[in-house]
Amino acid sequence: MTEPTGATRGGGGTAPASDDPPSDTSPADASAVPFAERSAWQLLRRSTVFVVSGGAIAVLLVMAVRPALFAGWFGHGDPRSCNLDHSAQGPAPGHPFGFDTQGCDLYANVVHGAGASMGIGLLATGCSLALALLLGCLSGMAGRVVDSVIARLTDVFLGFPFLLGAIVVLSSVTTRDIPTVAGVLALFGWPPMTRVVRASVRSAREADHVVMARSMGAGTGWVVRRHILPHILTPVIVLASITVGSVVVAEAGLTFLGVGMQAPAISWGLQLATAQNSFEAHPHLLLFPGLFLSLTVFALIAFGDSVRDALNPRTR
Amino acid sequence: MTTLLLRRLLEAVLVFFGVTLIIYVMVYALPGDPVRAMAGDRPLTPSVVAALREQHHLDDPVLVQYGQYLAGLFHGDLGADFSGVPVAEQMADRWPVTVRLALTAWGIEAVAGIALGVFAALRRGTWPDRAVLAFTTAAVSVPVFVLGYTAQVLLGVRLGWFPVAGDSAGWPSAYVLPALVVAAFGLASVSRLVRAEVIDNLSADYVRTAAAKGLSKRRTLLVHVLRNSLLPAVTYLAVDLGLLLGGTVIVEGVFNLPGVGQLLFQAVQAHTGPTVVGVATSLILVFLTVSVLVDLLNSLLDPRIRRD
Repeated sequence: MTEPTGATRGGGGTAPASDDPPSDTSPADASAVPFAERSAWQLLRRSTVFVVSGGAIAVLLVMAVRPALFAGWFGHGDPRSCNLDHSAQGPAPGHPFGFDTQGCDLYANVVHGAGASMGIGLLATGCSLALALLLGCLSGMAGRVVDSVIARLTDVFLGFPFLLGAIVVLSSVTTRDIPTVAGVLALFGWPPMTRVVRASVRSAREADHVVMARSMGAGTGWVVRRHILPHILTPVIVLASITVGSVVVAEAGLTFLGVGMQAPAISWGLQLATAQNSFEAHPHLLLFPGLFLSLTVFALIAFGDSVRDALNPRTR
Repeated sequence: MTTLLLRRLLEAVLVFFGVTLIIYVMVYALPGDPVRAMAGDRPLTPSVVAALREQHHLDDPVLVQYGQYLAGLFHGDLGADFSGVPVAEQMADRWPVTVRLALTAWGIEAVAGIALGVFAALRRGTWPDRAVLAFTTAAVSVPVFVLGYTAQVLLGVRLGWFPVAGDSAGWPSAYVLPALVVAAFGLASVSRLVRAEVIDNLSADYVRTAAAKGLSKRRTLLVHVLRNSLLPAVTYLAVDLGLLLGGTVIVEGVFNLPGVGQLLFQAVQAHTGPTVVGVATSLILVFLTVSVLVDLLNSLLDPRIRRD
């Protein structure tokens, strides 16, 4: 059992090397992949957009997990310590962003709001990604019947405009916290991802090295783990990064409408929703949470874009 | 050709049943008391509860309930709010506002998106190109209501260039600002699609041939490159029309435009469950219908899809 496999690898290493130059469009050659990855990584490290957006995302993740590290910078780190005397006042010494309508320090609140937004973004994207990988691989590898059943199911969920579907479901749910909002957003977020995964699996399945592995008797599970998943990693990373961004925006929109997060929680969506009534008199209430939210989404999209550019041979 | 049309229609019917079933199951058959959920925080007397259960056939099996709901939909019955006014009736005179807003936004998206995309592509790698890229990414990153309020206060209240809210000024002046806000997202997507395609096509062989034939740059660009570069943008724009018709909820709420979206916006905020479901369902159905039409039109226009 091990002998033929070893022989396969030995043969696979030499054979594509000889006929690779004519067909340079296919990423089939196993020995070329590490090289391509290395050069892409070098390209990425030199890209300002990648470094800056990646750094911003890292900072935001730390802020989401440990808000206390950032919140106390100006001496008023507790988002729940409020004084109504300061209601909606503008920036003051020790309070760079001013106060919200309850008289709480806005800076501490904005820092603590990262958790809910990033949490929902990552949770919803993670769930839809898991579902999309499962369904996409099934659909790409299994027979026509499974494929068309999954395709029709995808069509049905694509029939919902993202926001409207979420409004319908969330308005009939009474308690809305991070898991429920993330769950509903995942419910309407998986179909486009599934399409991308399916298309990538299909193209990977036709690649020379996969056909060869299969003809050597490799099982479907082994092929998926060893060849298909690494192959589709890039489009999936790009899509996931952009999806986290759109989920963060969607959460804010739903909360603004009144069907997202609920009051005792701290989230950018909630801060923006409460700011809407007094925006004209107190623009800072909308400005700072809006700025943080927009920068987060901007970083996520720019990150996805820069990875795609670096790995797409046509735009290099 | 006919088989293709039939297949597409069959798929559309399947999607229709799937979508309505999902809405139905999610809203009425989820664990928890749908009557309670419809009422929101208001207390209900037992007789009202009984009447509501009767009215929505809640004591029948789920599939029978779904059948009755579908039958209602086919008769244009989208349910009624708590005071008994049918949802379809409430929407009737609001459609023109939504359609006007969506079409205005759509026009802005198409014209400005294509223009920006071509502009950026022709200056690839220079600072105007990067500025367009940064602007389009920013337009996608700012939540639509933040953009809406900011535009309203800066351009409406402070500068007084546009009416602040409402539609009393009529088309176009009352619609330009909301339409710009609605269009921001799609404009960004269209310009990116066009930019990528134009860059791709500028290095195509036929462009070199055209130059060799002595065609002017302008003619090569407008007649050859642009025509070949517009397909993805046109497909996007077509699908987006359906989305715009259903996706103006937040902007109509912010700018107080009395359209269908505003009805949904107000119903969500007032916890009027049946109105939310009725309006959202009809917006989703409009989106579905437009996408099916676009799909059919696309396969009629593009021979490559037809042969599939």
